[in-house]
Amino acid sequence: MALSNVVETPASGFNFENVSRNVALDGLLEGGHAKAPKPMKTGTTIAGVVCKDGVVLGADTRATSGEVVADKMCAKIHYISPNMYCCGAGTAADTEKTTDLLSSNLTIFSMTSGRNPRVVMAVNILQDMLFRYRGQIGASLILGGVDCTGNHLYTVGPYGSIDNVPYLAMGSGDLAALGILEDRFKPNMELEDAKELVRDAIHSGIMSDLGSGNNIDICVITKQGVDYIRPYQESEYKDKRQRRYKYRPGTTSILTEKIVPLELEVVQETVQRMDTA
Amino acid sequence: MCAPVIPLSFAKNTRGLRSQLKDSVPVTGMGPQVGAYGVQDTLRSGFSSVKNELLPSHVLELSEKNFQLNQDKMNFSTLRNIQGLHAPLKLQMEYRAARQIQRLPFLQSSHLALDTLKGNDESISFEDILNDPAQSEMMGEPHIMVEYKLGMM
Repeated sequence: MALSNVVETPASGFNFENVSRNVALDGLLEGGHAKAPKPMKTGTTIAGVVCKDGVVLGADTRATSGEVVADKMCAKIHYISPNMYCCGAGTAADTEKTTDLLSSNLTIFSMTSGRNPRVVMAVNILQDMLFRYRGQIGASLILGGVDCTGNHLYTVGPYGSIDNVPYLAMGSGDLAALGILEDRFKPNMELEDAKELVRDAIHSGIMSDLGSGNNIDICVITKQGVDYIRPYQESEYKDKRQRRYKYRPGTTSILTEKIVPLELEVVQETVQRMDTA
Repeated sequence: MCAPVIPLSFAKNTRGLRSQLKDSVPVTGMGPQVGAYGVQDTLRSGFSSVKNELLPSHVLELSEKNFQLNQDKMNFSTLRNIQGLHAPLKLQMEYRAARQIQRLPFLQSSHLALDTLKGNDESISFEDILNDPAQSEMMGEPHIMVEYKLGMM
């Protein structure tokens, strides 16, 4: 049905038509008691460490929605390119979409230029994108990768601020994780020591923060390749849910059994051939 | 046709801002409310409300509306400072020519030449994912859209 008040094709991208309606609705629903549903946040502990041979990234796997655990096996380490991975904290959808867009842009770039993208390029693209939206995209990211210039670890904040550091933690459990990292980090560590350090940092974040929990994922990026260990360590507090609520046969005992045969006689028989060509 | 020297999709123009201090962001009205004689077109867009017209309701509404314009302005001004007046003039001439390759307003045009010139064919952003005009739920009246485009409304 053609509308006569549409004079141009609508612009693509974000649409702000419903903002004033949403603001008005917020106060109206049930006299201000019912609020709009909250987006799913990751409430995370993520950490990264630069070691001698590469970069080690770690993350927990809990996603919360308000006070409820929404996902127990959430994947917070996202693929960006064969030599770069990114951990995301903040709003779950924002981190996923932003890293997806970044990965697509880098793939197109490497196809047109024939080169492997560098970590600084990914960081600059992220910075431009996040600053353009003035922090409305709630994504705090830790980007780690190995390229021709060496091993790099960057953090990108939701407003587009970046920092290039040898060890890093972000998310709601970052204070606990940073304590462990500050205590035991040494430059040019061995790979196994770096993995243990990141595991301990995430573990302390899980123990001290309500928003982090469940398993620990580790991602090791070296010049030779990437080792994405998921899960590196499962949590001890696993619940024993049955997942099958049917009664197995024999639960109720049979007291008596009576069989009545049903007498049927064939009245009419027709054969219809089915064409199965 | 020469390709632009700076890949416009990835240029960071912090120095171009100083020459832009005089020009401010053009504040256009919120929505196509101006009908004939510059007055609110009540038949098509309903009653006007001063609050809706003056204030953008979202932080990003104004900046997103003019984002592409401002980016282009900054890029051209930097290009002028580096290479001289001929560079932005040439590019703008090419953009103007490429912009004319399109179908009638109510049909889908691919803007292929314009996208290639601007470098949009080598990047993906939210404009390509969200609110694709090819899948818009509202269809405009073809005659009215052509009249609007030609400035006859």
